[in-house]
Amino acid sequence: MTQAGSVTSASETAETITGAQSLIRALEYADVDVIFGIPGGAILPAYDPLMDSTKIRHILVRHEQAAGHAAEGYAAATGRVGVCMATSGPGATNLVTPIADAHMDSVPMVAITGQVPSSAIGTDAFQEADIRGITMPITKHNFLVTDAADIPRAIAEAFHLASTGRPGPVLVDIAKDALQASTSFQWPESLNLPGYHPVTRPHAKQVREAARLILESHRPVLYVGGGVIRANGAPALRALAELTGLPVVTTLMARGAFPDSHPQHLGMPGMHGTVSAVGALQKSDLLVTLGARFDDRVTGKLASFAPDASVIHVDIDPAEISKNRYADVPIVGDVGEFMTELVAVLQAEYAAGRHGDYAAWWSTINHWRDTYPLGYDLPDDGGLSPQLVIERVGALSGPEAIFASGVGQHQMWAAQFINYENPRTWLNSGGLGTMGYAVPAAMGAKVGLPDTTVWAIDGDGCFQMTNQELATCTINNIPIKVALINNSSLGMVRQWQTLFYDKRYSQTDLQSHRFPDFVKLAEAYGCHGLQCDSPDQVDVTIEKALALNDAPVVIDFVVHKDAMVWPMVAAGASNDDILVAREMAPKWERED
Amino acid sequence: MSRHTLSVLVEDKPGVLARVSSLFSRRGFNIESLAVGPTEEPEVSRITIVVTVESLPLEQVTKQLNKLINVLKIVELDDDSAVQRQIMLVKVKADSHSRSQILEVAQLFRAKIVDVALDAVTIEATGKNDKLAALLRTLEPYGIKEIVQSGLVALSRGGRAITDRSLRPVDRTA
Repeated sequence: MTQAGSVTSASETAETITGAQSLIRALEYADVDVIFGIPGGAILPAYDPLMDSTKIRHILVRHEQAAGHAAEGYAAATGRVGVCMATSGPGATNLVTPIADAHMDSVPMVAITGQVPSSAIGTDAFQEADIRGITMPITKHNFLVTDAADIPRAIAEAFHLASTGRPGPVLVDIAKDALQASTSFQWPESLNLPGYHPVTRPHAKQVREAARLILESHRPVLYVGGGVIRANGAPALRALAELTGLPVVTTLMARGAFPDSHPQHLGMPGMHGTVSAVGALQKSDLLVTLGARFDDRVTGKLASFAPDASVIHVDIDPAEISKNRYADVPIVGDVGEFMTELVAVLQAEYAAGRHGDYAAWWSTINHWRDTYPLGYDLPDDGGLSPQLVIERVGALSGPEAIFASGVGQHQMWAAQFINYENPRTWLNSGGLGTMGYAVPAAMGAKVGLPDTTVWAIDGDGCFQMTNQELATCTINNIPIKVALINNSSLGMVRQWQTLFYDKRYSQTDLQSHRFPDFVKLAEAYGCHGLQCDSPDQVDVTIEKALALNDAPVVIDFVVHKDAMVWPMVAAGASNDDILVAREMAPKWERED
Repeated sequence: MSRHTLSVLVEDKPGVLARVSSLFSRRGFNIESLAVGPTEEPEVSRITIVVTVESLPLEQVTKQLNKLINVLKIVELDDDSAVQRQIMLVKVKADSHSRSQILEVAQLFRAKIVDVALDAVTIEATGKNDKLAALLRTLEPYGIKEIVQSGLVALSRGGRAITDRSLRPVDRTA
């Protein structure tokens, strides 16, 4: 049996240190520069040496959920592994939501939790929870460490697992006695993960087959998912798109992977996608699927999704291939490498005189695009339109700014009406749909990229789930900006009640035009609090917020609550039945 | 629906059985039988799982199993190319009148008597599922008091072992 031995080297030290010191040193070796967390009984030993670390900045948050989302925001914005830390029991269980979120959206994250002493495990001790058992289905992998000597290896393996292959969250649970025990530090030079071999290199024969299908197809589409951003594949995608002239759609997780200003970009597909993006997928004869996973919010009713299309499916996770939709050409590998290799193969094909012809396809697509552009109606009463607010925040902040959103109507409008030109500028909870993501994720992004303007586009429902982190932002000089789209409702749920529950608004009226006073709340947290309720004040208010960088800014945009997200494919309906607005279906065939 | 026997080689680490079994329940599959034990490699355990499922969802669950970090290798063993065994202990009512008949039945099935009491005998039998079922049917008229049955274990026929080349170290890439 071949077993990777733990090779010792200069990183070994003979000195005797505690497990806690070993943990902090291991995190330094793993190149951690920031941890979001809250101390507590079981993790307390780790916080003592953390105080002496000159490499690691710890940001004390107000709720562990926010530590997790901040780590996610940091990771999504920078591409580095985000790190959060909590104590045992409730500290650890408060991390469950962000861990599940990171799992769904493939965010590289390491969560470190304290555990009760190993002798007490299984006794229902104070603040004991089996967090390893709890997080098994929502982590890429997790560890329970009860021996101080195992700490550096667990940390090294956790960071390797979180950041390679399909990224994801890894939890390291460390018993308190392991943190307190004496040990010597030894950073493993090789890892002992015999069951982990992510395939990154796509199969050359499959790449050639993909090229052949692209040249032969008449209605191909590049269906781009969040994997392209995780793989840093935006430059390769642009090269591929421009070489082939194929239309591009970017899913909710892929917004920013391809510039919105690019003429080949049709926008976002799915439940609230553009008619041209939804139509292009639906009428396609070839889906070139790049790091996307045929999520139900993209496909609508799966059985009637893109019925005439062959599928090329590229993903680093073999389990995604043919999970929801059969792949005619399955390709396991790094999507960036795939696109680079495909470009080379296609260049050779073009040089040999073989070209695809998509002129008729583009003519159809352009007709949809011209006939059914994204848009919205302004309210009749002169009130503030949420779409307008979000559009102006995007336009005035520029293409380098980062936008983190909550979940609901404001999220969809932020995906629709902000133009993303760069990857990693759009952060949101796509898979799990976690309300409360925006403020802590914006905080994490701002910590990772302090010179970048970072907005949280949040709803009044979402904001009230995690707004306590404004204190963290103010105290730690993390001047994020919050555009609060305050429609006084759980807006998306209300929209469904309008459409599907006969306007019976059961428990969706938050009354947040009355309480709380968001300006006062912002000021109580040491932020600048601004309010805007009329269209002519939108630009000046946003510009004022953009100029304020000495503290976080919260703008309470008091918007009307009847605005709805359009277009829409009702849940479970076919994408063929997309509505541009209420009771308004697009005509797919041109009437000449 | 059809029955499949999966041999799953795993690292012998705490929690690995929970990871594997919970994955099946999470994806909505009932495990018919499960057996875990050590292998010729000290750090590797072998889990044999019997599951009744269509082939497409089976492929999906196999891929999901392969994603578990502690899973080293998965092989499906079909009935023709593998030796499959289960062990069963069955306690049957027996008095002086019926005991010799029960012994005869046990012999027919190449089963062993492992315990004898005044009012019962305990029989140990090994074999495939259908053989054990046939034995039970034959014993039923005498009165079955208690049954315990192990999960199925299976080994491929021929000279090759599935543990060959399953353990190689990973290089650091991050």
